[in-house]
Amino acid sequence: MKKTKVLVGLASCGIAAGANKVYNKLKALQEADKLDIDLKITGCIGMCYREPLVEVIDETGSYLYGEIDEEKAVEIFDKHLKQGEIVKDYVVKSDLFESKDDSFWDGQVKIALRNCGVIDPENIVEYEEHDGYIAIKKILEGKISQEQVIKTVLDSGIRGRGGGGFPTGMKWRFAYNNKADTKYIICNADEGDPGAFMDRSLLEGDPHAVIEGLIIGSYAIDASEGVIYCRAEYPLAIKRLNIAIDQAREKGYLGKNIMGVKGFNFDLYVKEGAGAFVCGEETALMASIEGERGMPRKRPPFPAEAGLWGKPSNINNVETFANIPYILLNGAESFSKYGTEKSKGTKVFALTGKINHGGSVEVPMGITIRDIIFKLGGGITDGKKFKAVQLGGPSGGCIPEYLADTIVDYDSVNATGAIMGSGGMVVMDETTCMVDIARFFLDFTCKESCGKCTFCRVGTKRMLEILTRITQGEGQEGDIEKLEELAYQIKDNSLCGLGQTAPNPVLTTIKYFRHEYEAHIKDKKCPALNCKKLLTYTVNPDTCTGCTVCAKNCPTDAIDGARKEIHFIRQDACIQCGMCFSKCKFDAIILS
Amino acid sequence: MRVKRILQEKEAVIQSSVDLTLIDPLIEKYKNKKGNLIPILQGTQDVYGYLPKETFIKISEQTGLKLSEMYGVATFYTQFRLNPVGRYIVKVCHGTACHVQNATAISEAVEDALGIKDGETTEDRLFTLESVACLGCCSLAPVMMIGDETYAKLTGNKAVKIVKEIKIKESN
Repeated sequence: MKKTKVLVGLASCGIAAGANKVYNKLKALQEADKLDIDLKITGCIGMCYREPLVEVIDETGSYLYGEIDEEKAVEIFDKHLKQGEIVKDYVVKSDLFESKDDSFWDGQVKIALRNCGVIDPENIVEYEEHDGYIAIKKILEGKISQEQVIKTVLDSGIRGRGGGGFPTGMKWRFAYNNKADTKYIICNADEGDPGAFMDRSLLEGDPHAVIEGLIIGSYAIDASEGVIYCRAEYPLAIKRLNIAIDQAREKGYLGKNIMGVKGFNFDLYVKEGAGAFVCGEETALMASIEGERGMPRKRPPFPAEAGLWGKPSNINNVETFANIPYILLNGAESFSKYGTEKSKGTKVFALTGKINHGGSVEVPMGITIRDIIFKLGGGITDGKKFKAVQLGGPSGGCIPEYLADTIVDYDSVNATGAIMGSGGMVVMDETTCMVDIARFFLDFTCKESCGKCTFCRVGTKRMLEILTRITQGEGQEGDIEKLEELAYQIKDNSLCGLGQTAPNPVLTTIKYFRHEYEAHIKDKKCPALNCKKLLTYTVNPDTCTGCTVCAKNCPTDAIDGARKEIHFIRQDACIQCGMCFSKCKFDAIILS
Repeated sequence: MRVKRILQEKEAVIQSSVDLTLIDPLIEKYKNKKGNLIPILQGTQDVYGYLPKETFIKISEQTGLKLSEMYGVATFYTQFRLNPVGRYIVKVCHGTACHVQNATAISEAVEDALGIKDGETTEDRLFTLESVACLGCCSLAPVMMIGDETYAKLTGNKAVKIVKEIKIKESN
C-alpha cells in the first residue's frame, strides 16, 4: 500500500494566508500520533483565492482542501488521515467527484507550471522523478547538435514570455552565431509589473525547471556562465533558487564537465536586484549586473553581439526557460499543437483584481479573455459589472468589456492597444475609475523612469500632473489633447521599452473611455464614484437615524443636526474626506 | 574646496557612531570582484539597516570605487536607504491589484495611527512606513508586509490593529 501523501502549498501567497501554521499543526499532529504519512511542502497550487491549500492523495484518489486553518487541519487529520473519512465540505477539487470550483481548472493546460503545486521545490529528487533533467540528459547522451536544439526551440514557435514576444529560437541563433571565448546566458526574473506574480510562482514552485532551461540554453549557445537576475522583493524565490542551484551542482548538472561530458562547463548564480523597474529592460539589467545604475544602453550592438561585460549574451524570461525542458523532451510539436498560428503554446496569467477566482492560471493561446475571466475566473466579485481588464502592467493597456472576446495571442492583443505583457491580468469593475488607473500607472512609470531620456523623464511628469489635476476636479478644456500629444512624443523619443510604452495606459483609456475623461473635466464628476474630490456627499433622510456619529467625526464641522433628527451636510464646508461615509452604520450617506 | 570637504568628513569618521569594522569581511569578500558595487552596498545595508555616510568613505578607500559612482547607485535603486530606519518596516503594497482594492485607505489609516507620512520613521524608531510597488501577493489584495510576515485581505482597521499589537508587544 502506498503511503498517503499530504501536500501543503507553501508559496508566498499561501504563507501570507497562514499556510505555515497549517503545516506546523499537521506536522505536530503527525509526530504526536506517529502517523505514517508523507507530509510535504509544495509550491503554488494556483488557487490563490482558496489559500491555504492542503492536498491529500491516498489510495482512493486526490482531494484538495481549500481555506484551511489550524482548526480545520485538525479535523482533516482526525477524520481523513486517521480514519479515511473525507471531509467533503472543505474539498475544492477532487478527481472523484465534481465540485463548484471545477471551472477554474477546465481549459487549463499546464506546461510551464507542470510541477508547481505537485513537487517539493526544495528537493531535487522530486524534480528528477517528474522527468527532471531528462531533457538535458537526452541531448548530451544522444549527442544532439546545438543547431538541432535551436531548431527544435524555433519549431516549437515559443516567443518571449516576458512580454516582448520575440521568437526565442531566433534569439538563441543570434547568440550562437556570434563566436567569442566567453558568452553569458541570463534569466530575467526581475518581475517588476505591479499586479503580476507568474514568475514568483514558478521560481517558488519549480526552480529546477528554470535551471534546466538555462543549462539547455547554455549548451545551445555555448555560454559558460549564467545569471538569474531576481528582484529582492522575492526572498522566498531567491532562497529556493539558491537551494536548487546547490543541489544541481552537487549532482553534477552544473559545474565542470556536466554529466560527464568533457568540456561542457556551465555554472550560474543568483543576482539580487535592488528595486528598479527599468532593470526589466535587458540592457539596463546588464548594467545593473555590472554594478552600475540600471540605465538602458543604445542598441545596436544588441546583447547577442555585445552584452554583459561586452560579451555575447542571451536573455530570456523565467517562464520561457521553464518551458524549454518540456519542449526538448517532448518535441516541438508537443508545444506548438496549442495556440494560434503566430502564438504557439500556453501562457501563464496572474488573475487578480475584482474577480472571484484570483490565482495563477496557464491557458493555451487562442482562448478568449472573456473565457479566462468568466469561466476560469468565476466572474466579477459581488456581482458587479465587468468594465475592463488591464493587460501588460505599466506598459500595457485597458481592454474594455466590449472587446473581451479578443483572443489571447500577441498580435490580437497588440491590435487593441494593450500588450500581452508578462501575464498580469487585473480585472476592473464599474467602481474602478479609468482616469485614476491611468494616473496610477503614470505615477509608477514617472517614479521608475531612469532619467536618461528627456521625453520620458519630463514628459511622464507632465502627463502625471495633468492626470492628477483631472482626478482632483481641476481638469481643463484641451487636457485630453495635450495628453495625447505628450504621449506620442514620449513614445517616439525614448530609448527603451519603458518610455516607449509608458503612455499606453493613458492612450488606451482615452481611446475606450474618453467619456470618463470628459465627465471629469467638463462635468466635474467621476462616473465610477472613485475620485474623492469629485464626489458630493448627502444624507439620505429615509435611513438617517440622527445618531450624530457623522457630525462628531466631521473634521470641518460641515454636518448639522441634533440627536434623533435628520442630519444635513453643508456643501460649502465639506472637503470630501469621506469620513462620514465610512463612519455611518446605517448607509445613510449617499455619494453622487 | 571639494577636496577639503571630503577631508573634513574623513576626520569625522574617527568619532563615527557606527562600528566600521563590521563591514571588513564584506569588503574582503568583494574587493577585487567585478560588478561588486551593488552587492557591497546591499551587504552594508544588511549590517546597519541603512547606508551610513562613513561607510561610503571607508569602502571607497579600500576598494577604489569612486564615491560619486557609489552615491549614484545608492540613490538610483529604491532598496538603498541613506537614513536610519525603524525596527519594523511597514511596507504597504501599492501594486495594481492592491490599488483597485483601495490600498490608499490602508496607507492613510496607518499614517494616522503612527502619526507619520510615507517614507518617514516614528520618533521612537519603532516603525518606518513605506509604500512599495508590488509584493506579488495580488490575489490576497490589499496586503502589507512587516518584517518577513505578509498580512492579507486588509482593511484600514485591520492594518491599524496589527501595527498597534506590535507596539504593545514592544512596550512590554
